Order: sequence, then C-alpha cells, then structure tokens
Amino acid sequence: MPALPLDEAGKYVAGAYVVFVALILVYVAIIGTKIARIEREISAIVAAEEDE
Amino acid sequence: MIAAARTILRKDLLIEWRTKESVPAMVLFSITVYVLFHFGLDRDSLDGELASGVLWVTLLLAAVIGVSRLFAAEREQGGIDGLLLSPVDRTALFVAKAVALFLFLTAVELVAVPAFGLLLLGPGLGGAFPELLAVLALGNLGVAAVGALVSALAAETRAHELIVPILLLPLLVPVLIACAQATEPLFRQEAGPEDLGRWLGLLTLYDVVFVFLSVAVFDFLLED
Amino acid sequence: MYSKGLAPLAAATAVTITTAFTLVFFYAPNDADQGFIQKIFYVHVPMAIVALGGFVAGGVFAIKHLRSGDSSWDLRSYVAIHLSIILGVGVLATGAIWAKASWGHWWVWDEPVLVSFLVVFLLYCVYYPLRFSIEDPGRQARYSSVFAIAAGAFVPLNFVAVRMAESFTHPRVLSQTGGDLPGDMRLTFLVSLLGMVLLFVTLWKLELTAKHASMQLKKLRNRARVAA
Repeated sequence: MPALPLDEAGKYVAGAYVVFVALILVYVAIIGTKIARIEREISAIVAAEEDE
Repeated sequence: MIAAARTILRKDLLIEWRTKESVPAMVLFSITVYVLFHFGLDRDSLDGELASGVLWVTLLLAAVIGVSRLFAAEREQGGIDGLLLSPVDRTALFVAKAVALFLFLTAVELVAVPAFGLLLLGPGLGGAFPELLAVLALGNLGVAAVGALVSALAAETRAHELIVPILLLPLLVPVLIACAQATEPLFRQEAGPEDLGRWLGLLTLYDVVFVFLSVAVFDFLLED
Repeated sequence: MYSKGLAPLAAATAVTITTAFTLVFFYAPNDADQGFIQKIFYVHVPMAIVALGGFVAGGVFAIKHLRSGDSSWDLRSYVAIHLSIILGVGVLATGAIWAKASWGHWWVWDEPVLVSFLVVFLLYCVYYPLRFSIEDPGRQARYSSVFAIAAGAFVPLNFVAVRMAESFTHPRVLSQTGGDLPGDMRLTFLVSLLGMVLLFVTLWKLELTAKHASMQLKKLRNRARVAA
C-alpha cells in the first residue's frame, strides 16, 4: 500500500521531477547568457576591424 | 631520495622542537575541545560510541591545525620559492612532510589520549589497549598522507587557512568512520574488540590508496 | 571542435528522456511497498549514478591533463566536475523529497548512498574556492587536476566506508539500485539512466563549446589589442 494517499504522494513526486527540470533549465539559461556575451564581443571585434 | 627526505624531516623536527609552535597548540586545542564537549553534551563521563566519537572528532580537528601549519615555515620565510628552485625530489618532500605530520600527531596523542581517559572516558583506557594503538597507528598514517597532500594543495592559495579544514575533513570521513567504529567496543564498560579486523582493513585500504596517490601526484605540486 | 556531434546528441537526449518520463508514468507499475512515491527513484538514482560517474571522469581527465600537459583535458575535467556538482544539488534535493515522502523527515541517515553522496558533495564544493584562489593559470590547472584525482579516488573509498558504517547502525532499508527489480521497472530505470547519461554528455559538450569559444575570443581580443 502506498505510504501516503495518492494525491499527497503525487505532490512529492511532481516536486522531484520539477527540481530535475528546473536544474536543466537554469543551466541552459546560464549557457545562454554566456553565448550572448560571446556574440556581443564578436560584434565588437568585427566593428573594430571595420573601422580600421 | 631517502637522504633528502631525512634532511627535510630533520629540519622540520628541529624547527618544531625549537619553536614549539604546532604540537603544544594542538594538545591545548584537544583538551579545550574535551571541555567544550563536557559542557556541550552536559556529561561527566562517556562510554561506547559517544566516547569514541568525541575522541576521534577532537583528534581530527586538532589534525587540521597541524596540517595548516605543515608548510608554514616555508611560507613565512619565503622558503617555498627556495624549495621550488632547488632540485628537491618531490617524493622526498612528501615523505618528509608526511612523516613529520605523523610524528606530530603521535606526540599530540601521547598527551591527548590519556587526557581523554582522565577527563571524559568512563570505563578508563586500560580495556582499550593494545587495540587502540593499532587504530591510532593506521589512522595517523592516513591522516599524515592526506594531510601532507592537502597542505601542499592549499600551500599557495591565498586563503589556505580556510581551504585546509573544508578540504581535509571530508577526505578524512572514512578514517573517522573506521576509527570510531573500531574503538567503540573498546570504550564500553565491558571492553573488548569487535569486528576490529574489518575496520583495520578499511584503514589499511585507505592508507594504501592515499599514500600511493599522494606520492604519484606530488610531483605536480610546488613546481614552477 | 567541441561541438562536433552536439546536435544529434541533444536530439537523442530529448528523445530518450521523453521516452523515460513516459515509461515512468504510464508503463512502470506502482511499487508494492512505497506506492507512487517510488517514482522519484527514476530521477534520483540515475542523477546520483551519473554525478558520481562525472566526478570519476573528472579525475580521469585530470590524470590525462597531468600526463600530457594539454590544458584542453583540464577544461574537460573542470566542466565534468562542475556539471556533477550541479547534478549533486539535484540528487540531494530529490533525495530529501524522497525521504520526506517516505519517512516524514527531510533527511535520513539510513540510506548509505545518500549519506556518502553528501560527503562527496561537500568535498567537491571545495573545488571552486581552491581553483579560483590560485592566480597563475598553469598552476591553477595543475592543482585542480591533483584535487580531481584525489577526490575521484576518494569517491569509491568513501562509499565503501559509509556503507560499512550504516550497515551496523541502520540495517539496509532500501535496496532499489536495480539489482532485484522486476522487468518492467528495470527497463524504465535503464532508459532513465541512459537519458541521464546522454543529458550529462550533451550539457558537458555544450559548456565545453561555450567556454572554448569564450577563450578563443579572449585570445582574438588580445591579439587585436596588441595589433592596434
């Protein structure tokens, strides 16, 4: 028999899976900002080259 | 290599003998911690697993102090650069530092363990010998090997006093587990060793792994 | 160079994880003892296994780094450890949720895997302060590799020690690591594990690519500055 009534148990299980998905999304967001910064710097270099 | 190790070891022991910096501080620290435990746990005497835990946690915390100080002489006199420039065999350096730490720990325990028996241990130390010596010896070996490695790792970081405790203590958890579990039956009212073999086996495994590992990687530390 | 094969890898990860989730909620039966709670096991245990594998991989990359002096191995080691620490947060969080749901406490000392994981996690958290308090980049990389090797060797030793200790104080309560699972649960578990491994490798390659690009950019910028 389940340790908790099903709807309560469902909350915990959902919580665990939410933690998992949230971690992935936070990580992707961090990498995303890193890539954005790279893009900005490349534009700056290209702009500097064009000025010369 | 042996000759170089002996030279460095003799120097370290001489410095400690003259300045008496590390060992007395570690002893004082241990006894202070016993007093803290007396007040913190509100107990006059301990036995069994409580006694075992208090003794080993105290010794480990004192070891942290010793590890922090291991390269202190080199650091303070600017000797680390001298050491880096000279063609000292890194293995010799590791052996010297590890043996020095082992000897310091032994010296501290010569006072701290009887003090524990006096202050906090209910059943008295008699029932714990000679098994306690085996546990201490193997435990000290593990702490010495890992301690020398950690000390070198942290030696050149800016915040080495902060890094050493948080780096050393998790690494010593297996040593704590083995020592505490091994001495727990030795500190009971009816003292007698139990499963001593398996805990000494764990300690031996740990010691072998970390002595070999430290010797292997030490070449990559403290070099320029 | 690092992004080779990244797109198909990411696709494979997405497919595998979606399949795994589907299996977990529509195929695997409810556990006889724990009921629905047991579903957490399909995300918690694979995360733990992959995180520990990541730590050990970090150690292996570190060995390669020290032997070859090639700093790209150090980068691989750093990213592997970094990712495993993040997964480690997930392991502890999902472990706590599982403990609360099963036994009513947010933490229990009964599960040797979880306890040993806590010690390993505490150890690897020191990686960042150690690494970033060393200024010289060559030394920083070398010392980090030494740490990664020592810590990587520590992981199995610690697990053995904690397991030995726990079996004395708390008899093993859970033995859900796949050994005696019924067939449909085992399949679900294996797919979840595969998904987690693929996810780790995908994110690892992703971060390697981003970091490498950032480093190349820095080189370019410095060269442009010198030329100007």
